[in-house]
Amino acid sequence: MKPEPELSLQDVEDIVEVIHSNFGYDFKGYARASLQRRMLRVMDTLNIKTAGQLQDFLLGTDCAFNYFLEHITVNVTEMFRDPEFYKIIRSTVIPILASYPIIKIWHAGCSTGEEVFSMAILLHEAGLLQRSRIYGTDVNHVNIEKAKQGILPLEVMKDYTHNYMQSGGVHDFATYYSARYKQVIIDKKLRSNLIFAQHNLVADQVFNEFQLIFCRNVLIYFNKELQNKVVKLFYDSLAPLGYLALGSKETMHYTPVKHDFATVDKEKIYRRIK
Amino acid sequence: MQTGNTLILIGGSAGSMPVLFQILEGLPAEITSTIVIVLHRQKNVISEFANILTKHAGNKRIIEPEDKQLILPGNIYLAPQNYHLLIEHDFTFSLDYSELVNYSRPSIDVTFESAAQVFKNSITGIVLSGANSDGASGLSTIISQGGKALVQDPASAEYPMMPERALQQNPLATHLSPHKIVRLIAWLNT
Ligand SMILES: C[S@@+](CC[C@H](N)C(=O)[O-])C[C@H]1O[C@@H](n2cnc3c(N)ncnc32)[C@H](O)[C@@H]1O
Repeated sequence: MKPEPELSLQDVEDIVEVIHSNFGYDFKGYARASLQRRMLRVMDTLNIKTAGQLQDFLLGTDCAFNYFLEHITVNVTEMFRDPEFYKIIRSTVIPILASYPIIKIWHAGCSTGEEVFSMAILLHEAGLLQRSRIYGTDVNHVNIEKAKQGILPLEVMKDYTHNYMQSGGVHDFATYYSARYKQVIIDKKLRSNLIFAQHNLVADQVFNEFQLIFCRNVLIYFNKELQNKVVKLFYDSLAPLGYLALGSKETMHYTPVKHDFATVDKEKIYRRIK
Repeated sequence: MQTGNTLILIGGSAGSMPVLFQILEGLPAEITSTIVIVLHRQKNVISEFANILTKHAGNKRIIEPEDKQLILPGNIYLAPQNYHLLIEHDFTFSLDYSELVNYSRPSIDVTFESAAQVFKNSITGIVLSGANSDGASGLSTIISQGGKALVQDPASAEYPMMPERALQQNPLATHLSPHKIVRLIAWLNT
């Protein structure tokens, strides 16, 4: 067995500090247990054994930090993940959205876009996609580039089709993409009203007003203070009576703005009421 | 051995359910430690799993923690489906939706390793039946932090691979029959 890289909690703090002062990215509000795992993972792939070596790597070449940033975030995502959640979006939220002349939706931390494509399908099936603008943002620009292309591996489509059907989808899922060799490309008509851009929830501001914001499985990587700050940003970005959808294990329980939201469903869908 | 305020981590996979039921049935009415259960479950099966376990635990509630929930003694927690369960230094849980580890999410190794860094030597980690090698590295971390490592006797396990791997990698771990595991955990909680 090869020796495992070592990284104490203090090492993690030191690296966070080095990154902030040299590259301007602030990871101070990231939950430590997963940040430490991610750093260890980067070290492992680069065959780096100690925190000192990691610092040397980061400060060594221009592209080192970019590499780090691309690999430090957890980018795992799925189409129609948590089918029950999409069922509620379909049955409860979409009918309300239908009353707006222009529907504006933000997926914050959208990774490579799977969640955005899922929402586009729901809007398309409800006949609303034409008057929708869906913004997908992520801190990791590699994710954003991939999302813009709309290309997914063929092997995952079987699972996604299953998720789609479980979420109440009744159409032929295969009409939403075309397969080429081992990849698929999401249908262009589904992607025409999607806007993908880089946005950092730690440092960037409100950029529009939305009737629905998704931020699923992103807050789990933040500590409570940063969660509060980001939920406040969502509050400020929501139209009155707008919806906020979080991941299945995320909660607004600890945030001071929780009283400004009502719980719509146990699937972590909230509504701005104040 | 110190009792009270200890953390008991139980990792199980295929074939572990009968033993887990026995462990829960053997617990006293009030428990003093914190128990965290990490089980490999079928993905996308909406399971009433926590409820099933609750029935076996004499109606003690089995909690599937949410992100940043405080870890309290006297509670039994079950790692939620499809997330890794981590433990922060302020004694809260945090969840992680990252790649599978040992083909699993939740992974036993991930929880054991992160818990060991926080609870140090007041941990007892237990690896039950299973058909893969998850838990072996986690037990190593627990041992290196001064905690106790227990493994279900491979001969008694429906799927011996997980206990065998755990023992191979950790000569310092103790292997016990399910009956003895049940008694030991009950004793740790009195
Ligand atoms: C696990 S993925 C969640 C993807 C998708 N929302 C889902 O639930 O399937 C977490 C995403 O959050 C992004 N992220 C992490 N920190 C961020 C930040 N400060 N600002 C914006 N996005 C961030 C990561 O780059 C990653 O794509």
